[in-house]
Amino acid sequence: MIALILKAVLQTALLLALAPLLSGFIRSLKARLQMRRGPSPLQPYRNIFKLLRKGMVMPDTASWLFSATPYIFFLTTLTAGLMVPTVAADTPAGLFGGVLALAYLLGLGRFFLALGGLDTGSSFGGLGSSREMMISALAEPTLMLAVFTVAIGAGSTALAEIARVAIGQEWRFLEPSQMLACAALFLVLIAETGRIPVDNPATHLELTMIHEAMILEYSGPYLALIEWGAAIKQLVLMTLLINVFWPFGLAAGWTFPGALAGLGWLVVKLIALSCVIVVVETANAKMRLFRVPELMSVAFVLGALALISSFLF
Amino acid sequence: MFSLNVLFSGGLIAYAAGAAAGLAGFRAPRAARVIAFSLALAGALLEIVAAALAIFAPATSTWSLPFGGALFSWTVRLNPLSGFFNLTLGVLAAAASIYSFGYVRHMEGKRNVGSLAFFYNLLLLSLTLVFTAANAFFFLVAWEVMALSAYCLISFEHEKAPTRRAGMVFLIMSHAGTGLLLIGFLLLARASGSLEFSSFHQLASTMSPREQAAVFLLFFAGFGVKAGVIPLHVWLPAAHPVAPSNISGLMSGIVIKTGIYGMALVFFDFFGLPPVWTGMVVLAVGVVSALLGVLYALVEHDLKRLLAYHSIENIGIILIGFGAALVFRALGKPELAALAFIAGLYHTLNHAIFKCLLFFGAGSVLHSARTRNMEEMGGLIRRMPVTAACFLLGAIAISGLPPLNGFVSEWLTYQALLAGFGSSQDLTRVAFPIAGALLSLTAALAAACFVKAFGISFLALPRSDQAAEAHEAPFSMQLGMGILAACCVALGLGATWFLKVFDPITGAALGVRMSARLAAGNGFALAAGTAHGGTVSTVGIAAVLVLLSALPAMLWFVWGRSARRVQGPTWDCGLPGLTAANEYTATGFSKPFRMVFAALYRPKREIQHEYEVSPYYPTAVRFESEIEAAFEKRFYKPFQEALMGMARRMRSVQAGSIHAYLAYIFVALILLLLFGARG
Repeated sequence: MIALILKAVLQTALLLALAPLLSGFIRSLKARLQMRRGPSPLQPYRNIFKLLRKGMVMPDTASWLFSATPYIFFLTTLTAGLMVPTVAADTPAGLFGGVLALAYLLGLGRFFLALGGLDTGSSFGGLGSSREMMISALAEPTLMLAVFTVAIGAGSTALAEIARVAIGQEWRFLEPSQMLACAALFLVLIAETGRIPVDNPATHLELTMIHEAMILEYSGPYLALIEWGAAIKQLVLMTLLINVFWPFGLAAGWTFPGALAGLGWLVVKLIALSCVIVVVETANAKMRLFRVPELMSVAFVLGALALISSFLF
Repeated sequence: MFSLNVLFSGGLIAYAAGAAAGLAGFRAPRAARVIAFSLALAGALLEIVAAALAIFAPATSTWSLPFGGALFSWTVRLNPLSGFFNLTLGVLAAAASIYSFGYVRHMEGKRNVGSLAFFYNLLLLSLTLVFTAANAFFFLVAWEVMALSAYCLISFEHEKAPTRRAGMVFLIMSHAGTGLLLIGFLLLARASGSLEFSSFHQLASTMSPREQAAVFLLFFAGFGVKAGVIPLHVWLPAAHPVAPSNISGLMSGIVIKTGIYGMALVFFDFFGLPPVWTGMVVLAVGVVSALLGVLYALVEHDLKRLLAYHSIENIGIILIGFGAALVFRALGKPELAALAFIAGLYHTLNHAIFKCLLFFGAGSVLHSARTRNMEEMGGLIRRMPVTAACFLLGAIAISGLPPLNGFVSEWLTYQALLAGFGSSQDLTRVAFPIAGALLSLTAALAAACFVKAFGISFLALPRSDQAAEAHEAPFSMQLGMGILAACCVALGLGATWFLKVFDPITGAALGVRMSARLAAGNGFALAAGTAHGGTVSTVGIAAVLVLLSALPAMLWFVWGRSARRVQGPTWDCGLPGLTAANEYTATGFSKPFRMVFAALYRPKREIQHEYEVSPYYPTAVRFESEIEAAFEKRFYKPFQEALMGMARRMRSVQAGSIHAYLAYIFVALILLLLFGARG
């Protein structure tokens, strides 16, 4: 019991600490690739710290829901993060939910965020909510197909079990079904974390924005919670992708040397995945909103092929 | 203490007395309302106790009501399955009766409250008997009484043309369904020589494959009409919204579940080992109903119609569970079949509760803002805080989000579908994960739809004067909603403990008891029933959420407490102040979905600008948008036209000429003589 609580505390701390760094790292790497100097990777920490101390402006049209939303979004994302294997296959909240609970907890956060957008009464909030809900709805079946492909292989939706099976099969990621599922999940990752070509995380006040439009009216500590939560969500989804498909270095249990090695490997793999994301973001332009469904249907087809090929091969 | 059948009969008598009170109180609406709905409440409470006893009773109790003949005996049977549906009915009936105290009050003096109370009690009485009748004849009688009382309740506001039309469509389709059921029962009765349900037990599986197919399809279509599966659903979105809201809640909550009960009865009692294809058909129909139901709900802006389309979606989710259970049963995997069956039954109960809750919420809004159109609502969260909170809980539950009850039953459905992949070796097994993926699409679209429904109706600024002057519903209505909202939370958090209810049901139908296998972590978590399968714990998730909230609380304590918090206007893009006209509308919210799924909706839109000086400065804009009613246009319209065409052709035979009629009689006489001479 005490060991479990310790694991949960450690993983919470890891998620809280690593998430802003990851966003900052991706941002500065992207700047370098585009021959800009860019901000320091530590900038998100400074932003969060600054926002936490600032005052806030509450829209006078908003209700209690507007104030509850940042907390709910932050907490559901963090709870979902406790279900994902980070440094070891064993997860602190593994008994409380596997990959389905993770997806649905993120859905709960999104549900409230979208309501928070509508609560302000501005056109931007509604616009962001509507688009966010559409894109996430289209990404959801692909996420499930990719996840089912590995879950069926492991005979379980528990992420610890999925990771354990994956550790046992070292060269599994070369199987066609795994590669297709991984590609599908990558597209979901792009869509869910609001990256180019689906959404541009660097825009404020553009007609094309999605996530930013939804949270336009938030300020001060509430905005800090939402930005922190969004960073954690990105970290959770990236960790899910790498530890399910490339579990190298993932320790089986939470022993000290194993977990430390696992942490080292996690950082290495996150850097590698960040590089891929940065290249994709730099090489592509943002899509028109109504081209996104096409991208999502490509992802769905990839997921379906992954599933069918896991049956054939 | 009291025996099962005393309690059960007591409930029936209370309903009957309530109906009588309604009839007697045609002239005294206040007395009729108070007495009739109190009696309904008493009946519901008695039925809840009787149903709970029936579920856990060691043996099925069967008895016959004292009237009736040899073939047409009035046999009542209370087995665990009936008990489960009666429990669902009892909970909804209790909540609806409490809700009705307040809801019906404003009708006093304007409408015939007595007749409403009469048909309300009659509906509850007949529903109880539908779930317990154990004789085909008795079942069909109860079924018809239910359909007719439901028709009278739907047509309660009959001065409006759409209401009359909706009632008519309901009546016609309901009777077509009953006709199919009648044929199905006659087929079974011919094989068994009796109309008792006990003689039908596993009977269908002894028939020839062709007869099995006929029996299955007749019952599936017959019960499917009542359940509202696509394409037999067209009556549902028309009829449910026009009824008074307390009735709408019952209609979507439990009346359509009689179809589900019938299917459970046929699939798991009348059939022994069903053919595999039957399960596949049910699964496919379930997936199509779920997906199309939610897609039509997304573009609907009448709050009650939107909820009605969601009923179709949820019936689809239930059928996904049932279909998977049938397939597993046919493949000889009773544990998996039990898991899928439990998923379907659990979703039946959950949907009954949250849909009734949502209809009551819509009823409260209708009651105080006098509109069903979401575009005329808005800002109600300030004026109706309790209704808004209850509606929000219902919306979270129906979207399948943790930790409420909708999540639990969807999770069980996913687990059954995933396990289904290993259940066979041929290509059909790919159908299960694909169904799972489409289920997740359905759930995500439902979440989008309820963001729209709650966000547009309850948040931001009021969009009309009625909405701005809305007031909170009376206490009894709040209590009715509160009970159901509490049930949503309890059935979500207490899922593992509640699973014990299904043990006797799956034990009787499939011979396995699952509650021990489906529990993990000292009963605090739900398991998939396999060795290393997935687990989930709604209690655990809720506990972690609460524990982690220490973190933002700490942040707030350190920094946020001193942060200045000012009220300010929402950014209005530099316009002179934000008005309701700046808000996103429900039409606008669903626009991306209309564009993405244009192939299904075939949207038509028309925009007219009127201007005086230049087209860039319009004085008035008229916008019209419409989506195609695909099933009505492509399926029912041709059918209806063919029927009418045939009738017209038949008319020429009946020309009204006395000579022609004499000729007919003459020909008929000759034919009869020839026939007689041959014999």
